[in-house]
Amino acid sequence: MQDGISAERAAAMIPDGASVMFGGFLGVGSPDRVIDALVARGARGLTLICNDTASPGRGVGKLIEAGCVAHVKASHIGTNPTTQKKMISGEIEVELVPQGTLAERIRAGGSGLGGVLTRTGVGTVVSEGKQVLEIDGESFLLEMPLRADFALLRAHEADHFGNLTYRLTAANFNPVMAFAADCVIAEPEEIVPVGVIPPDAVRTPGVLVHHLVRRPQ
Amino acid sequence: MEAKEVIARRVALELRDRTLVNLGIGLPTLVACYVPAEISVAFQSENGIIGFGEPPPDGLEDPYLTDAGGGYISALPGAAAFDSATSFALIRGGHLDMTVLGGLQVDSSGRLANWMVPGKLVPGMGGAMDLVAGAKRVIVAMQHTAKGQPKIVEALTLPPTAARRISLIVTELAVIEPTDEGLVLRERAPGVSVETVVASTGAKLLLDGDTPTMPIVSPERVAA
Repeated sequence: MQDGISAERAAAMIPDGASVMFGGFLGVGSPDRVIDALVARGARGLTLICNDTASPGRGVGKLIEAGCVAHVKASHIGTNPTTQKKMISGEIEVELVPQGTLAERIRAGGSGLGGVLTRTGVGTVVSEGKQVLEIDGESFLLEMPLRADFALLRAHEADHFGNLTYRLTAANFNPVMAFAADCVIAEPEEIVPVGVIPPDAVRTPGVLVHHLVRRPQ
Repeated sequence: MEAKEVIARRVALELRDRTLVNLGIGLPTLVACYVPAEISVAFQSENGIIGFGEPPPDGLEDPYLTDAGGGYISALPGAAAFDSATSFALIRGGHLDMTVLGGLQVDSSGRLANWMVPGKLVPGMGGAMDLVAGAKRVIVAMQHTAKGQPKIVEALTLPPTAARRISLIVTELAVIEPTDEGLVLRERAPGVSVETVVASTGAKLLLDGDTPTMPIVSPERVAA
């Protein structure tokens, strides 16, 4: 059985300097209440692992603006001029990772795999400093698994066991990240009694989820 | 006809019935407006959906139903939603028949650069590197020149998106196919001479007979 915690409590559990995966794609499907609480508590030095940095005032874009972030691993920062400015000024270090490679590195990190071999990035700047392996006469890049201290997920429904469902394109990186962090905190729209979510509808098994963020009373 | 419309209409002729297609953000998105009526194409958006359509009416948007550019979309009957790992398994795993992407440069070997301009524009590659490395066909839909400078060049001066040779370049002036021999001029736009195409191109173009005019989808053949 999971405990229901407040967004503030969740934000307080995440220390400055932690590495944190955030679900969300341009702010769609991102854990907005915990993000607001992290901004409110003045988090500093976070490593943010997310598909993108959304836009100013939206999703993880709020963390960038509020100065909570020191490192970013993302596939795209083009929709957030603040990230670009802070990257150029040296306030934030950015590692750009191809989107599919990011998803698969996180999957590897959460699935006990030693790495990913992909054609993506071969012959580009992405391959710099990485091993290239020949498999059946074709070149593949070795990409390393990625894990984090925390994963902050946005879900549609959660039951008391932490089983999660997602809606449409709000799933994106959330189900993948659920496997790849030491502490997984999910922020559902709604928390329902056990049994309400049919087993076949569960997309993230509750055993992966450590805390559920409840709605303010 | 505006340059973008010429390009989108011509790219639409590359669509095949019962295929899975991913359209990049910007100009390539327009291709969806010109799908020939007699074929059925499933469009993928890499944030996690196959089978999406027009934005819903004002005020009826679903905040959890968006495309890869963050715009609101609708789900068509038969649509499927999935996570990012699944989405890129579709892209890299040989399940995506075609992608249409914008371009900054294409060189004489058919390599594409479309994700950054060092020192000026560093948005990140998003899904572009996976799409170029993974799709069965890669079509580059772009304006022929930028600020008067050719975008089709002998050798890339911008960082490549992938090592792979792309399948076809469609511009408002021409259709060009990269081959083992080099860039072959396949078609020219209505009213555009071969000389104009050659003069606007920064790489050697090989001619293949008398270059026919682009057969652009006529408005009445476009699905309602």
